[in-house]
Amino acid sequence: MNIIKKFSLGLLITLFLTISANADKIKIGTEGAYPPWNSKDASGKLIGFEVELAWALCRYMGKQCVIVEQDWDGMIPALIMRKFDAIMAGMSITAERQKAISFSQGYADEVASLAVMKGSSLEGMDTPAGINLTNPNAAAKKALKTLTAALAGKTVCVQTATIHQNFLDSGDVGKVNVRTYKTQDEVNLDLASGRCDAALAAAVAFSDYAEKSGKPVVLTGPTFSGGAFGNGVGVGIRQDDTELLNAFNKAINQARKDGVISRIATKWFGFDASM
Amino acid sequence: MITSFPKLLGATVVTLKLLSLSLFFGLFIGLLFAILRLNKNKIINKFAYGYSYVFRGTPLLVQIFIIYFGLGQIEYFRSTFLWVVFKEPYWCAIIAFALNTGAYTSEILRSAFQTIKPGFIEAGKSLGISNKIIFYKIQIPIAIRQSLPAYGNEIILMMKGTSLASTVTLMDLTGVAKYIISTTFKPIEVFIVAGGIYLFMTFIIHNSIKFLEKKYGYQ
Repeated sequence: MNIIKKFSLGLLITLFLTISANADKIKIGTEGAYPPWNSKDASGKLIGFEVELAWALCRYMGKQCVIVEQDWDGMIPALIMRKFDAIMAGMSITAERQKAISFSQGYADEVASLAVMKGSSLEGMDTPAGINLTNPNAAAKKALKTLTAALAGKTVCVQTATIHQNFLDSGDVGKVNVRTYKTQDEVNLDLASGRCDAALAAAVAFSDYAEKSGKPVVLTGPTFSGGAFGNGVGVGIRQDDTELLNAFNKAINQARKDGVISRIATKWFGFDASM
Repeated sequence: MITSFPKLLGATVVTLKLLSLSLFFGLFIGLLFAILRLNKNKIINKFAYGYSYVFRGTPLLVQIFIIYFGLGQIEYFRSTFLWVVFKEPYWCAIIAFALNTGAYTSEILRSAFQTIKPGFIEAGKSLGISNKIIFYKIQIPIAIRQSLPAYGNEIILMMKGTSLASTVTLMDLTGVAKYIISTTFKPIEVFIVAGGIYLFMTFIIHNSIKFLEKKYGYQ
């Protein structure tokens, strides 16, 4: 009996300590499956651009942080349900998401791109290197037409609930057969297996996969930015949490001024993706 | 909540299609393996036992992942004619579900066959009826009747199991619910509606089986 009493007391104390220790920490949610933005190393530790940036921003804010993992498709609900206080998961700032949550200023920007396997008929499309979909110019409109013709009836794979899915669903490139996956890893697997004719994601996500897997994945068509692709990647925060929003904005300002963001970005992306 | 309802109902059709096709193929697989299990030949018997052991002993999610993502990784497999079928997530899901439910069904039917009172078969034999006719006209009908309650449970389990189809890109009830949540960010409402639809399907299946049990059961 005595042992049980001691044991349960110990358990209670541990529980209490854990709760009180985490009370004033900022909890940051990330996916851990979207390299080089955020991913996990072989031992399961979270790594990547945003993980390192999160630690840096926490130092600027003078706060202690915990980084927690969350599946992508439940990211925004989990933030709203207070599972954590901020999202740093390669989440682009879009008008649609801003209806549900607030965003800090952008800290990095990514371009999206289509990827295919080498030898695909979709390789070498006659399009400009990059198009901006915010007030698209004539060249961008022509590129969208080229894409519409090329992608007609093709299966294009994307991660679910991403800007990439929104873009394909928007009808800007006509009726494509959109297939959605829970993680980018699964998109990559099915692109390599040939189930997908093409895939759409951040260009860096594909180059990272090609490099690590050795699979002949190549980018094709223009890179996309603006419009459905949002205005850079920012920290997602609950709408009523203005105090934290201000703290993050201030920290991002300082980190940018000190060159910290561009240093971390260059380390993980191989180029300066900061903004 | 209300606006998501028609979309979820549309997805229910996909779920029902997956369920009915899986049960259809699963019943054949189950019957075949139940008969193999009753075979006196040790090798055939062990083979059938191994099948049901493996598929009942591993999670359905693992099975569907191995069939969908696993087989797709093998380059040689992709060059065979089988790839035409396995390329489609829809058929991968049905194959995984049918093999899984087939394993359970084979066990349900095997035990049903084994509980048939020898008297029934002896009665048939004493009337000079051939073994084949005894099997089709006496053993199979009794076995089906015996296994109805357990099989009803299996149908309900399989119905819920089809929700795993969403993990291989299929837009079934769970898949569409998740999609709606990803655009509305309202998990509770949408999952309650989806859960309600699953519950309603269970209600229908449960009562149909009960009706059949009453109709064909011993009085």
